Amino acid sequence: MKVAILQFPGSNCDWDAEHAVQDVLNVPAKRVWHKSGLPAETEAVIVPGGFSFGDYLRCGAIARFSPIMLGLKEFVEKGGQVLGICNGFQILCEAGLLPGALVRNDCMEFRCLNQSLRVENSNDRFNQSKFGSAISLPIAHGEGNYRADETVLAELEANAQVLLRYEGNPNGSINDIAGIRNQAGNVYGMMPHPERAVEPHHPCQDGLPVLDAFLEPIRKNNPIELSAS
Amino acid sequence: MTDQAVTSLPPNPDPCLNVEITPELVSQHGLLPEEYENVLRILGREPNLTELGIFSVMWSEHCSYKNTRKLLRLFPTEKADKEAIGQVLVKAGEENAGVIDVGEGWGVAFKIESHNHPSAIEPFEGAATGVGGIVRDIFTMGARPVLLTNSLRFGSLESPQVKRLFRGVVSGISHYGNCLGIPNMGGDVYFDDCYEGNPLVNALCAGILRHEDIQRGAATGVGNPVYYVGPGTGRDGLGGASFASRELTEESAEDRPAVQKGDPFMEKLLLEACLEMMAIPGLVVGIQDMGAAGLTCSTCETASRGNSGIEIDLDLVPQRETGMNSYEIMLSESQERMLVIVNRGRERELEEVFEKWDLHAARIGEVKEGDRMVVRQKGVVVADLPAKSLTDEAPIYDQPTQEPAHVAQAREWSIESVPELKADGVGDALEKLLKHPTIASKRWVWEQYDHMVMSGCTVEPGSDAGVVRLSIAGIDKYLAIANDCNNRFCYLDPYKGAQIAFAECMRNLACSGAKALAVTDNLNFANPNKPETYHMLKECVTGLADACSFFDVPVVGGNVSLYNEHGKGAIDPTPVVSMVGLIEKADEVTRSFLSGEGESIVLLGGLPHELGASYYLQTQFGKKEGRVPEIDLESEKKVQEFLLSQISQGSVQAAHDLSEGGLLVALAEMLFDKNEIGMSLAIDSLGNSGRLDALLFGESQSRILVSVSDEGEFIRSAEQAGVSAQVIGCSDLTGRFKVSIDGNEILDANVSGLHETWSQAIPEIMR
Repeated sequence: MKVAILQFPGSNCDWDAEHAVQDVLNVPAKRVWHKSGLPAETEAVIVPGGFSFGDYLRCGAIARFSPIMLGLKEFVEKGGQVLGICNGFQILCEAGLLPGALVRNDCMEFRCLNQSLRVENSNDRFNQSKFGSAISLPIAHGEGNYRADETVLAELEANAQVLLRYEGNPNGSINDIAGIRNQAGNVYGMMPHPERAVEPHHPCQDGLPVLDAFLEPIRKNNPIELSAS
Repeated sequence: MTDQAVTSLPPNPDPCLNVEITPELVSQHGLLPEEYENVLRILGREPNLTELGIFSVMWSEHCSYKNTRKLLRLFPTEKADKEAIGQVLVKAGEENAGVIDVGEGWGVAFKIESHNHPSAIEPFEGAATGVGGIVRDIFTMGARPVLLTNSLRFGSLESPQVKRLFRGVVSGISHYGNCLGIPNMGGDVYFDDCYEGNPLVNALCAGILRHEDIQRGAATGVGNPVYYVGPGTGRDGLGGASFASRELTEESAEDRPAVQKGDPFMEKLLLEACLEMMAIPGLVVGIQDMGAAGLTCSTCETASRGNSGIEIDLDLVPQRETGMNSYEIMLSESQERMLVIVNRGRERELEEVFEKWDLHAARIGEVKEGDRMVVRQKGVVVADLPAKSLTDEAPIYDQPTQEPAHVAQAREWSIESVPELKADGVGDALEKLLKHPTIASKRWVWEQYDHMVMSGCTVEPGSDAGVVRLSIAGIDKYLAIANDCNNRFCYLDPYKGAQIAFAECMRNLACSGAKALAVTDNLNFANPNKPETYHMLKECVTGLADACSFFDVPVVGGNVSLYNEHGKGAIDPTPVVSMVGLIEKADEVTRSFLSGEGESIVLLGGLPHELGASYYLQTQFGKKEGRVPEIDLESEKKVQEFLLSQISQGSVQAAHDLSEGGLLVALAEMLFDKNEIGMSLAIDSLGNSGRLDALLFGESQSRILVSVSDEGEFIRSAEQAGVSAQVIGCSDLTGRFKVSIDGNEILDANVSGLHETWSQAIPEIMR
């Protein structure tokens, strides 16, 4: 197994992530239950969307105490690649693996739509020359309003840690932030769902290059042909 | 008094065993004196309070269909053509939901159910638990839920109360369905004064499963253990089934404890745990969800279906409140619970699955010989009844009928009574229609639903039908779903109205490229004891059944919701028709929006000419009146078959049917995807009516608009098929909507302006 997709009680985009990675991008992936440890052969981790533990207390607040999170922290410390999508992003923030927090959308309603996004030049994996300056990805969340204090925000911007910004902010996120990475460049988090934009029947296929960029370190070891791009 | 004195008292006897059963108590339980006589006959003695409660919920309209069972027999429940796709695998009424074949060994389980009364009292929880209930019905069958839709009806949005209900219902559905991770494909929403105070909240779920994995809700195998799985039982939702079988009154708000509280997280765990358990070969004997009438219904129905007896001990039922008596435990409608019967000796396999998901799995009883349902608490038998008496001996009524006066009046109506529309009034009339919340964009609703989860959403809500790819089953087929029911038609002509609901639903599927397979219906009516209501109920059911038979599209399940009345009056008859269709190939998936310039717009079925019962009469004159448009099932069939054959040949770019608002509204809606697309329309006559209003805004049936790139070939094919087809216009990139009739320009409007009017109508009201 290369990509471990964490499955918490209440995760509901776990199958979607597995399908996109394994069936579309041809990279072996497997769902891993939150009570188990991270398998030794894990090369990358996706923390998928959903409502882990029913979003009780706060989104992601209970999931961060799941047994698998210990293994995940160790994996990150060793430089392992992690991508949190939607609820996964919220969990990574709660666990302190990414800075900031996600709170209730300013419209106070859940929003599901294909969202226009501006791509930032963050690093050699996430940049405009790879994706173009504008892409669309589906969003589906009630708590996607990104918040961080001034110091953190200044650092994020100074280090080019912002990956994606909303074009027409749907949730009130500060600086229109839709996705970020950690400073080391191995932990990524975003509210939009790249795994919902990879097949011809999807609203667009802009998720393919995004997931592909995330999986780049794995591909380098083992180049695999893309099947659906 | 000392502690010694307290403990020396005899154990507190169950209060339910000592209550005297008075006629008042019987009547409070919604049982008629003759129904109570029947209870006495079946038991050969007086029931105790718990037993009375059990009879009361099982013989309520909600569980027994006592006022409609006879009528429901009119529906065809299987396909006449045994070679066609969509054969019925599990028929209506046999199990928690019907199942149809979709080929390659796959089946689809689907059903619609109402949660009208709870939503009127507590819109958020009422709608949320409506979703929860129908989803359990589907995964109980062994199916993985793949889509949700809703049919919603509200009063006029001008009322602050209605706005509160609308907002509450939509957010309740959003809250529950999004957490479960089942895509909600929208559905239909109508606004009409008749629903003021009594909104309709119908929820549909469809799921996919292998034929061999179909589960049954039967308790069989004497000695097999009976398990209770899911969260504990509380006092919520007490007597919800009988609550749903009464009219709403001003005092109904005091029934709030009868509304259940949902926990979608628990349901998600239950869903995953049940599917995991059912995937273990040979483990599960029977499974049934605890929906209406909770533990009562699930025990007696599984025993009845299994021709067995069943015994349960309430002391073993997980409880989250203390001191609950047997009446409360048996009648509680706490959510997210299931009853499971497994093969003896394999208990650990079930328990391990539920331990993994951190859910209760309590062994509460076992399957017995004989036919009794026996319930114990604290070592005492608190109920002992023949299980089948509850399910099979429920009373059946045939109520007197009388045609309401307004139906006769509608037949006598003449278009002459309507002042003619002048050309300079067309723009204004169109705008009024686009603004009416029934016609206006429902994006405000479905953007609150996660319609993309599970990676299957292929046609997003807002087109004629929602379409999902069955990716999760690993097959490249597409399931299409549409709901329909125009209450105005059903009110003015119940028979025709129900047939139109069917025809339009099927037409919506055809416009999406889908072949209709089967129907689930939700019959929402007022008090059946009123002859006028029962007449309309009977007519609607007959009309719908005749249409089902004609098209060989069977009914595989559904729901009846009666007593939809409020202080201000009764709802219009609303037999919601939901239909599932199948699209075999990706390139047959068709949308209702124009996508480029130079496409010819073709009208199938001839120029509209009937103005009666239209939304135009509502928005222009505030009237719900007139003769309902004719519906000829033969023509309907012809036009749909022709459309599907053209779609499969790849000749159709977009397709959209004429419905509320008529021709001009339908054409405008085809433009509301990209603002740069425009259209210029040239119609050479006013048609049969000779009137502008009937042509542009009449709601004549069996009309479909298509856009094609090769009009010559298309028209020739239509002629060969005997379908009326005429080119009425062409798409362009002007961003303008131009219409001329007989050479005179009657409309030249900016598409973006019309689009704005249509898309902002609801958000502006709800702001």
